Amino acid sequence: MDFFDRFAVPHPSLAIYASMAAIGLTVIAVFAGLTYFKKWGYLWREWLTTVDHKRIGIMYLLSALLMLFRGGVDAIMMRAQLAVPENTLLDAQHYNEIFTTHGIVMILFMAMPFIMFFMNFVVPLQIGARDVAFPRLNALSFWLFFMGAMLFNISFVVGGSPDAGWTSYFPLAGTEFSKSVGSNYYMIAIQIAGIGTLMTGINFITTILKMRAPGMTLMKMPMFTWSALIANVIIVFAFPVLAVLLAMGTLDRQIGTHFFTMDNGGMDMLWANIFWVWGHPEVYILILPAFGIYSEVISTFARRNLYGYKSMVGSMVLISLLSFFVWLHHFFTMGQGALTNSIFSITTMAIAVPTGVKIFNWLLTLRKGKIVFTTPMLYSMLFIPLFTLGGVTGVMLGMSAADYQYHNTMFLVAHFHNVIIPGVVYAMLAGLHYYWPKMFGFMLNEKIGKWTAWLLSIGFVLAFMPMYISGLDGQARRMYTYSEAAGFGAMNMISFVGAAIMAIGFVLIVYNIYYSTRYETRDISNDPWDARTLEWSTHTPVPEYNFAILPEVRSNEALWDAKKNGHVLFKGEYEKIHMPNNSGIPFIMSCIFFVWGFSFIFSLWIPVILTTIGIFICMALRSFEQDHGRYISVKEIEETETNLRGA
Amino acid sequence: MSQLFPMKQVLGFVFSILLTTVALAVYFLDMSFAAGMTILLVTAFIQAGLQLVVFMHAGETKDKGAIYTNVFYGLIIALVTVFGTLLAMIWDM
Ligand code: HEM
Ligand SMILES: [Cu+2]
Repeated sequence: MDFFDRFAVPHPSLAIYASMAAIGLTVIAVFAGLTYFKKWGYLWREWLTTVDHKRIGIMYLLSALLMLFRGGVDAIMMRAQLAVPENTLLDAQHYNEIFTTHGIVMILFMAMPFIMFFMNFVVPLQIGARDVAFPRLNALSFWLFFMGAMLFNISFVVGGSPDAGWTSYFPLAGTEFSKSVGSNYYMIAIQIAGIGTLMTGINFITTILKMRAPGMTLMKMPMFTWSALIANVIIVFAFPVLAVLLAMGTLDRQIGTHFFTMDNGGMDMLWANIFWVWGHPEVYILILPAFGIYSEVISTFARRNLYGYKSMVGSMVLISLLSFFVWLHHFFTMGQGALTNSIFSITTMAIAVPTGVKIFNWLLTLRKGKIVFTTPMLYSMLFIPLFTLGGVTGVMLGMSAADYQYHNTMFLVAHFHNVIIPGVVYAMLAGLHYYWPKMFGFMLNEKIGKWTAWLLSIGFVLAFMPMYISGLDGQARRMYTYSEAAGFGAMNMISFVGAAIMAIGFVLIVYNIYYSTRYETRDISNDPWDARTLEWSTHTPVPEYNFAILPEVRSNEALWDAKKNGHVLFKGEYEKIHMPNNSGIPFIMSCIFFVWGFSFIFSLWIPVILTTIGIFICMALRSFEQDHGRYISVKEIEETETNLRGA
Repeated sequence: MSQLFPMKQVLGFVFSILLTTVALAVYFLDMSFAAGMTILLVTAFIQAGLQLVVFMHAGETKDKGAIYTNVFYGLIIALVTVFGTLLAMIWDM
């Protein structure tokens, strides 16, 4: 039995056993359902082996929504625990595990795939391309991310969750203080997902630089594509840092090196340092595509072109560089001198300048616009004031002397939720409503959508504003409870109510999807929002080859030109189209990666060796494979086009 | 003839071996830490540049601008990261 003991959860509770049962039952139900409805073949042919950027995008979306609820349950449990003083709903250990997994799931497995969804679905359509530059690599990216996320998620039923925070600072995360395999999960699962992200970075930079429609120069790219390009450049420079950091952490925990230990020449603070060298650029990887979405939505629904296109691009380029110069603001209090802290205070405040430029550009776009209040626009309008508040508190935190007061209190927690929720999450929801008709051929219900936006915002304000106050009063973050005498009770109760309202908001989103699937009309045009960019110029549903004839572009609003100024987008005759073949290798290789990761986490070296060989075999197979893709004939294109036009 | 004989690459190769020898000498000769480190850093950077330009053909295609922008961008980030870390973890601790 010794062998199996290691898989047991070190700190079990009723909730964990219940989750085990729930996970087990769901898996059985899914398998039984697939078998009963004979859907295995469909699943394999249409989804598991697909290399189509649109389908990969949709799979990212599904994973992100799934993880949103996993992370959301964590959140509501934390708020419930803190709602009253000296609560015993969760004990310290469970609380630690939950805030750790909440952070990682939300940032790496919810927000990241959500932006990956937008990049995958939108970028090729927006630049008038038929797919990404390396479609199969794209599938591999997705499956590596997915397997990494799944591996991370089984931690709480097999072996125990990580409990050292999403930042996983050493020495706490070292073997001396974190004995369970939880932190191994952190190192390995994020490593696997991170490799996928790095590949996406390379793939999309190549796609955007090399596959734009004729006439689309860099300065004629739509703003979302620009933001995706910049975000991917940051990915390519930041993610290798994460890969090396996690590898060093793994070596320390499992092989016995001393990079981050407190003895034998190790330097524990180096972890925090390298973590934020990746970590700060990471928050900009999330926010820049979000800014891109707002730019699209705001100019569409203000019914005018984006104000200050060049300064938008310029400020993003500047942000991409500056985002690498500020990481130290995350540990002003670690003991370095005033000189160092001052330098990084200045760079931190400098980054608020290009961010401010963007805010003013959106405001000036609205000015003189004919504003249409749709759900995506409502999210964008709520974003501007709420996000600005978060930016301002960021600048407060950026003053190193003052940060001694704020650091590691709820004030900090309020700041980053204040930028991430109205900044990133609202952008995702705005984008979800905006692109939903292009994906599925019907709109999401506007009324429910607006209710959701307001509920989320009211919930957000109630949940996070009190944290600024209790933080200034001295409530530390990551504490599982507090005494009655501390006086934080009222603030935390308000937070809990806010969190509950937000939870209702998120459930409403699911209800909206259900409701709209049943009742919304399928009779919509290819361009239901009267938008301005190329993704709306093709059919709904988008045919596999995206554009029968590649569009020609004259400005950054090609479709608008076509609609208002008589520009002809599609010139010429149909020609046969070259498309990539589907492949099972990305999926199979990622499954092997999953087993590799699992074995590594539990230090089962023989399976690690076998799966490593398996991974190399997959790569070799790919290298020696002769696959030149296939052609879609002119006849097939004609048929598809007539069908789509008729519908 | 000049098309057939890659003069630039051969000279580059010789130079690169020379740089390696100089770097190796630091180990065998007895010199101060500062002197050794200076030699290592200088030879390492020249070596990296040499590899990029001569053997990885940066600057030979019309992507030249993009490639050098990229290299400088990376270089700036790397230098800021390294010196920022040294400053925070060692010099100003
Ligand atoms: C005006 C721009 C911003 C400034 C000046 C700023 C400044 C700061 C500072 C100084 C800290 C560290 C505070 C401390 O630990 O005591 C911090 C933390 C954080 N910020 Fe920002 N920030 C800005 C924008 C953003 C954005 C746009 C995001 C994400 C989309 C973000 C996400 C975070 C996160 C996640 C943390 C905390 C991480 C942790 O310790 O767990 N920030 N910010
Ligand atoms: Cu930061």
